[in-house]
Amino acid sequence: MSVLSEVTASSRHYVDRLFDPDPQKVLQGVIEMKNAVIGNNKQKANLIVLGAVPRLLYLLQQETSSTELRTECAVVLGSLAMGTENNVKSLLDCHIIPALLQGLLSPELKFIEACLRCLRTIFTSPVTPEELLYTDATVIPHLMALLSRSRYTQEYICQIFSHCCKGPDHQTILFNHGAVQNIAHLLTSTSYKVRMQALKCFSVLAFENPQVSMTLVNVLVDGELLPQIFVKMLQRDKPIEMQLTSAKCLTYMCRAGAIRTDDNCIILKTLPSLVRMCSKERLLEERVEGAETLAYLIETDVELQRIASITDHLIAMLADYFKYPSSVSAITDIKRLDHDLKHAHELRQAAFKLYASLGANDEDIRKKIIETENMMDRIVNGLSESSIKVRLSAVRCLHSLSRSVQQLRTSFQDHAVWKPLMKVLQNAPDEVLVVASSTLCNLLLEFSPSKEPILESGAIELLCSLTQSENLALRVNGIWALMNMAFQAEQKIKADILRGLSTEQLFQLLSDSDVNVLMKTLGLLRNLLSTRPHIDQIMSTHGKQIMQAVTLILEGEHNIEVKEQTLCILANIADGTTAKELIMTNDDILQKIKYYMSHSNAKLQLAAMFCISNLIWNEEEGSQERQDKLRDIGIVDILHKLSQSSDPNICDK
Amino acid sequence: MSGQQQQQLPLTAPPQAPGIAASAGPAPASAAALLLHPPPPPPPTTAAPPPPPPSAGPLPALGLPAGSSAPAAFPHGDPALNEQEKELKRRLKRLYPAVDEQETPLPRSWSPKDKFSYIGLSQNNLRVHYKGHGKTPKDAASVRATHPIPAACGIYYFEVKIVSKGRDGYMGIGLSAQGVNMNRLPGWDKHSYGYHGDDGHSFCSSGTGQPYGPTFTTGDVIGCCVNLINNTCFYTKNGHSLGMENSLGLQTPGEVVDANFGQHPFVFDIEDYMREWRTKIQAQIDRFPIGDREGEWQTMIQKMVSSYLVHHGYCATAEAFARSTDQTVLEELASIKNRQRIQKLVLAGRMGEAIETTQQLYPSLLERNPNLLFALKVRQFIEMVNGTDSEVRCLGGHSPKSQDSYPVSPRSFTSPSMSPSHGMNIHSLATSKASNTHFSGFESSCSNGVISNKAHQSYCHNKHQSTSLNVPELNNINVSRSQQVNSYTSSDVDMETDHYSNGVAETSSNGFLNGSSKHDHEMEECDTEMEVDSSQLRRQLCGGSQAAIERMIHFGRELQAMSEQLRRECGKNTTNKKMLKDAFSLLAYSDPWSSPVGNQLDPIQREPVCSVLNSAILETHNLPKQPPLALAMGQASQCLGLMARSGIGSCAFATVEDYLH
Repeated sequence: MSVLSEVTASSRHYVDRLFDPDPQKVLQGVIEMKNAVIGNNKQKANLIVLGAVPRLLYLLQQETSSTELRTECAVVLGSLAMGTENNVKSLLDCHIIPALLQGLLSPELKFIEACLRCLRTIFTSPVTPEELLYTDATVIPHLMALLSRSRYTQEYICQIFSHCCKGPDHQTILFNHGAVQNIAHLLTSTSYKVRMQALKCFSVLAFENPQVSMTLVNVLVDGELLPQIFVKMLQRDKPIEMQLTSAKCLTYMCRAGAIRTDDNCIILKTLPSLVRMCSKERLLEERVEGAETLAYLIETDVELQRIASITDHLIAMLADYFKYPSSVSAITDIKRLDHDLKHAHELRQAAFKLYASLGANDEDIRKKIIETENMMDRIVNGLSESSIKVRLSAVRCLHSLSRSVQQLRTSFQDHAVWKPLMKVLQNAPDEVLVVASSTLCNLLLEFSPSKEPILESGAIELLCSLTQSENLALRVNGIWALMNMAFQAEQKIKADILRGLSTEQLFQLLSDSDVNVLMKTLGLLRNLLSTRPHIDQIMSTHGKQIMQAVTLILEGEHNIEVKEQTLCILANIADGTTAKELIMTNDDILQKIKYYMSHSNAKLQLAAMFCISNLIWNEEEGSQERQDKLRDIGIVDILHKLSQSSDPNICDK
Repeated sequence: MSGQQQQQLPLTAPPQAPGIAASAGPAPASAAALLLHPPPPPPPTTAAPPPPPPSAGPLPALGLPAGSSAPAAFPHGDPALNEQEKELKRRLKRLYPAVDEQETPLPRSWSPKDKFSYIGLSQNNLRVHYKGHGKTPKDAASVRATHPIPAACGIYYFEVKIVSKGRDGYMGIGLSAQGVNMNRLPGWDKHSYGYHGDDGHSFCSSGTGQPYGPTFTTGDVIGCCVNLINNTCFYTKNGHSLGMENSLGLQTPGEVVDANFGQHPFVFDIEDYMREWRTKIQAQIDRFPIGDREGEWQTMIQKMVSSYLVHHGYCATAEAFARSTDQTVLEELASIKNRQRIQKLVLAGRMGEAIETTQQLYPSLLERNPNLLFALKVRQFIEMVNGTDSEVRCLGGHSPKSQDSYPVSPRSFTSPSMSPSHGMNIHSLATSKASNTHFSGFESSCSNGVISNKAHQSYCHNKHQSTSLNVPELNNINVSRSQQVNSYTSSDVDMETDHYSNGVAETSSNGFLNGSSKHDHEMEECDTEMEVDSSQLRRQLCGGSQAAIERMIHFGRELQAMSEQLRRECGKNTTNKKMLKDAFSLLAYSDPWSSPVGNQLDPIQREPVCSVLNSAILETHNLPKQPPLALAMGQASQCLGLMARSGIGSCAFATVEDYLH
């Protein structure tokens, strides 16, 4: 206790000196304070508690203070910011940012550099809202202008930009103030730190931003195009940090459409370099970033996925990501164990992400992934991990692999993947739900052995609730899964679906603004209305509403696919024994069928023909009467005409 | 009739049709194989093999003129071929700068001698095709490249393009040691490794392969990289690295493939891979732990610098250095100054005075070393022709000023700024040439400092620091040579003789023929520059004085007599004979300076004489003939050579020059 008060007393001494009437003594005091706080977090906290910050800020802002004093104040404040996150919060509470930004208007370079250095420290802290950089519109242009002052201003400003540029709005602000031109030439600076921070700026500017990316490909620096400069920074004798960041720049530019995926700088430079970042020789952080960036690069391009899959045994290399903390580190080295534990989640989620990208399109790659040691067990474990990030990427990986018919029938079944998956679906956040429900769609395919157990575990209710979600992707996945579930299902399942969904919800979905939802709902109807007993049964209970919905859709403004799907539903109805009558007694519908028989689109003609052919099928009771009726409304004439048609499909009917 | 139904998969990817064929089973053993592999990496595990034998055997097939024994199908004419040859040479030099091709030639093509009979070669021995039946394993055939991979490559790489996969597509690429059966599949036998195209497996001295990479087929470019530093190997497909493998095996039948040993740019960026390893090796050197005890390392370095300065007689600098680093100089100051005086005379071309001074200060030295005396006298003769020797100078009409200014002229082209940029030369050559220029540049700056003013010591000192590290290379060569001599010589006389031949007439009999011819060329360039320089001096024989010419001719006769006497007393000496003949040849030309033997007149040629004399004087004082610094550098370069011969690949990425800034 006494020790503590002693410390506080000595700290008070430093603060008291800030109030000395003699400016020289104040300066002396600030300098001594600077030396006292360096590397001493306790001292920093004490000074903050004792109220040093407002006084320092006051001195810093006083026009009458000497430049030296103002500079030293900024240095001390910067030192305080280097401490804990709480320190930064206290500084923010004292409105340090406007004061420092004001300081940037000074003509004194030394003072400007000290302010920038302090700002850099504050803005790079996770507790600082980056919006504070953009509240005053004059700040960004002024920072751009300061970029030419010295290598320190360059380093600090670039670092501030790269930390505060979050999302398209910030990118646009920086871009509109000439960030690209102002920063591009810094890539050839003699200072490594400046080059590195400039490079980081470009990586955040280009991320998911086609406008910036398109500009970057054409920027010349010392006669060289920017992509060429990035490629040079990828060279294997460059520091890893630089290789990794330039690979990110090229990746983002590629994904933003500014560089083709078959460009040599992607295929032969960026991709191999990112694969190397995943190797055991790299630090854990680098391996995480490398794998995530690579996953993003190859996500949508099957050719890149194929190349990555054969490069440096990547698939086997990724298996190592699951070996942290290793059993050895636990006993021998506490520090290492701590380090491993800290990165273990990150490593696993990065590996899952990359596996997901690798296996997105190519069956052979999926097979290779699943054959990797303990792969399915790892996914199953990943699905129940506490970390949301890991769960999400494990589901993604599972989703990617679930596109394989073969795997659905084998590994997925062997490992009862559906169990943890159903668990993930309970109360998960939307982003997890979207992927998990997509995966579920695949697991509900008719040939999937998981279909039965999933049904038994209450999937229908879950899926029906998804169709009511605000989230479009969830609605699509919900109805899609139901559609898959209804395919060639037994009567009971169909009835369960209809009951679970309720007719109102079904019609709600049929009027959904999203065409995907509409299509899948029609698909569901179609799958429900198959095999004659089912058709008659469903039509006897819901016939009226269904016919109403069909009429509405055929009259509405919909695309060809929607109309075709609707006509197919009619054809299914026409296949029913009693259901037929719902059509035959509905002249409106018959006229519509007639109309589509002479439609210019062959698909629609064909679908309409199906209806007719089902209606007039000879072997059934009453077919003669139906034929007569159809002849009356002129359909036979059209049939004659169509039999001379050039399209063989239509002819056959 | 039942209604239509439809099922769909969510999101992007539809499931693929089931029943996609699993990867092909093992290759039927009945297929014949054609193996392509260049020779051995250092054996990976087992007992160390003897270093690769010096290739007395097949020579690189590249020099083959089109149309001689090459198949008619070769599409290029002579010019194209030459162009390709040049490009190959350039690329190999760039990729493997540490390789001495005199000692260990690089593979440039497949060997027409080292192949199985089923293999046909065409297109300058770069295209391989299989012409056997390919029915049973007995039909397997392979071919090796012309030369083993030199360890000094550090990292070696070649590529093969599959022109046609043939009937069955069993192609292999890899490495095999000399002497491995060529009628076998690679990887099956000891010391052979390969990568199979049909199943993507790798074979490592075993009949069973391990899954390694993808399969390959017509149109693919397959590369093989050997890392002689960590003794690993990896393959590439169409420019993509497939991953490390400690050793590999492969097989192929009846196909056609084209090799690229550097004739064309590689698809895979091998230079980038090399950059990584160069950085690694250099970081290893930089981080090498030095002496534990504090200050020991620094003291040793200071001693080396100090002894170096003393050795070369830079007494003012040596004194200043010793003072500032608290060292004692072993040799007396007067002695250093004496040596310095003699050296200055030699470098100024005043040989007569130099000999006289030596005889005064070290009375018995030249008596005991008749060959040295002879060499000095020959140099004196040359200086007479030059018009710079004291004996002819007093007869000529030059003012002392202009004579003194003569040694100044070389500075203009031997200044250190000239010295860099020899990177493209063959290793040994670069060293010797660089040394000359550095040396004289240094020399002049030093004498400046000493003569002019003691007050300028600090300036002089600085200058030394900036250049001194470059200087020792000349000595370093001498060291290495004399070490070689020491290793087999028994008599002192022999050794000295050899030493002379190195020092005085650089070109003779030391196996650096290539180097020396290039050296001469350099000298000619220097000469032209010198001409410009000295044109104001009106260059004439013996300075243009008739009396001087007579004196010179008289001196020549004396020299002839001395030579004969020497032969009687010590036996024949071809070095001396050649030296004399070369010197006399100067008189055969109306303008000796631009004659084919004119390079002898170059002031740079004074330096070897100077260095030999200096060493001889030091030896009489029981001081080392070479300064420890030069010795250390000589040892370092020798060590690199030894590493190359012992198959230690890291020597590729460390040269002594890298550390001389």
